Amino acid sequence: MNKHLTLSAVIGLAGIMAQPVIANEFEVRGNIEVQGRYFFEEALHATQHNTQLSAAASPEFFWSWNNANDSFEFVPFARVDQHDEERTHWDIRELSWVHVSDVWETRVGVRRVFWGVTEFQHLVDIINQSDSVEDIDNEDKLGQQMVNFSLVQDWGIVDFFILPGFRERTFTGEEGRPGIPQINHDKAFYESSDEDEHLDWAVRWSQSIDDYEVALSWFEGTSRDPVFVSNLSQGSIELIPYYQLISQLGIEFQANLEEYLWKLETIYNNNKTESYWALQGGLEYTQYGIFESSADLGWLAEYGWDERGKNSVANNQNDLFVGTRLALNDIQSTELLMGLSYDMDYSSSSFLVEASRRFGNSFKLSLDVRLFESENLRDPVYQFRQDDHVQLTAQYFY
Amino acid sequence: MKLLKANLLHSMTAIALVTLTATSSITFAGEAEDKGLALSVEAKARDLGWGDSQADMKMLLKNQHGQTSIRLMSIKSMEQKNDGDKSLTVFGSPKDVKGTAFLSFSHPTANDEQWLYLPALKRVKRISSRNKSGSFMGSEFSFEDLTSFEVEKYDYKYIKDDKHNNLDCWVIENYPKDKYSGYKKRVVWLDKKEYRAQKIDFYDRKNTLLKTLTLKDYKQYLNKYWRASTQEMVNHQSGKSTYLNWENYRFKTNLNDKDFNKNALKRAR
Repeated sequence: MNKHLTLSAVIGLAGIMAQPVIANEFEVRGNIEVQGRYFFEEALHATQHNTQLSAAASPEFFWSWNNANDSFEFVPFARVDQHDEERTHWDIRELSWVHVSDVWETRVGVRRVFWGVTEFQHLVDIINQSDSVEDIDNEDKLGQQMVNFSLVQDWGIVDFFILPGFRERTFTGEEGRPGIPQINHDKAFYESSDEDEHLDWAVRWSQSIDDYEVALSWFEGTSRDPVFVSNLSQGSIELIPYYQLISQLGIEFQANLEEYLWKLETIYNNNKTESYWALQGGLEYTQYGIFESSADLGWLAEYGWDERGKNSVANNQNDLFVGTRLALNDIQSTELLMGLSYDMDYSSSSFLVEASRRFGNSFKLSLDVRLFESENLRDPVYQFRQDDHVQLTAQYFY
Repeated sequence: MKLLKANLLHSMTAIALVTLTATSSITFAGEAEDKGLALSVEAKARDLGWGDSQADMKMLLKNQHGQTSIRLMSIKSMEQKNDGDKSLTVFGSPKDVKGTAFLSFSHPTANDEQWLYLPALKRVKRISSRNKSGSFMGSEFSFEDLTSFEVEKYDYKYIKDDKHNNLDCWVIENYPKDKYSGYKKRVVWLDKKEYRAQKIDFYDRKNTLLKTLTLKDYKQYLNKYWRASTQEMVNHQSGKSTYLNWENYRFKTNLNDKDFNKNALKRAR
């Protein structure tokens, strides 16, 4: 947690207090979970373990008043991990006040925002930092302090963001797995002399036109993706995150044509080291009611390209992704997702399975499997080549 | 009002102005077709002008082994001039999907527009309107069963007069025009007194009886608009069934377009 987060939390609360608060709705909900991981292969690093247990909780508190035109939400999150002291962490996911007026919607405080249309990689999504200790897929995000004005017009929705303060990416510690113990985030440094106090801003226009979804965005500020600088420290190599200043153009496009969903995300990232274009695009096709049942089967294929190419820090510079998603549409909402990514430059691959099923009204069990195959030292996946694992998560919702 | 107004009856009894103009340009093969169309047009005309509505829905799913599960949702709907309805559905139960919300713009001839909000990811997803035959929330209702009824979505044929639950009914067959429909036809029992759908048989693409929907406990609102409080959908092929209970119907609640956009979808609780 940094001081900005605390500061914006206070501002958010002050915003609330300034209102004549007569909450006509108050709601508490949330979930707690227990998670276990088992790694099939011997760890690359002597500090890592073959089994890992953790527990997490995320309650949600919600108030609304003024005919729901004003609302306040508080969502803290915490995890305790058996081995990894970095994964034992807490965060404020949401602590914000939302006010809806006839033209503008104002959102102030700590929030999470998602941009994008593709499934295997989220290039355009930039407002929030990844909470990478949660999972290496970077789908979990840290709360970001912001002032967001949203304007709805016939010609689209325009969002303006002022983003005071920056959140550093979280990284697993020495005992974390999968992880890269060489990363030393205590020495993280910045291009801006304001460091993590640089004032970032962003704007996004989005519109739905018949069967098409389009969005354009511009971000100006500290890159959420660090570049790693190697450093020799006490005889061993350490990797230090370096956060550059960037300007980024984001383009999102989706076309729902006949049975296919065509999706494309493109970014242009302008920075002092190496400016580049990157894209992620593909299609999704779903068969409804397969085998005379009520189950739906979806097929996904995407391609990721990055101008910086091979031998760069880009993860998905020339990568193919294929996946399939099965939803049984049964009482327990049983779902299965399988995905394979293949790096055409390094011939490396990673495979994932995500299966989940509800038990009763409040329990959910999820089984995740991740397998990595890489033989090239320069390939980012190489760092995880011994980290094949299965993960079981039991969640209770209230 | 795609899903939301999930009230089929409602579906059967609402008519858009466009409907009337469009029908005049269509020629029909015979008397039975003309009569089927005229009755359907009248059914919808009688449900015109309800403005907007809000209601709570309890959905009970029952599988072939007798296991049951309940889903709760609240639904806001709004009539559109010269277009299909808009609707916003928010799921309250099961708890792991609580806060998931669904926004739908129904169109008489163009493709419907649908968005899903996933609260855990904060993500709004534009979903395929080709999912007509797909199951809604694991129920025996498909997405097209819950779409607002627009006259131009079907061709019609009057079959016969019949009695259902001691009510005199017309039996009318509806043939979906959309090639992505999961049905070859729907057979509708429309009561002669109030033009309310009492029962609908659904035939799959192979023209085999797939499902039967029975609508019960009709209540009248604003002295005009009839809504079934209970709907039972039985799947004859799988043995599964779904029961809908509607409660807390409110009409003319001053909803407007700003309650049915992507920002409203993200705020929905």
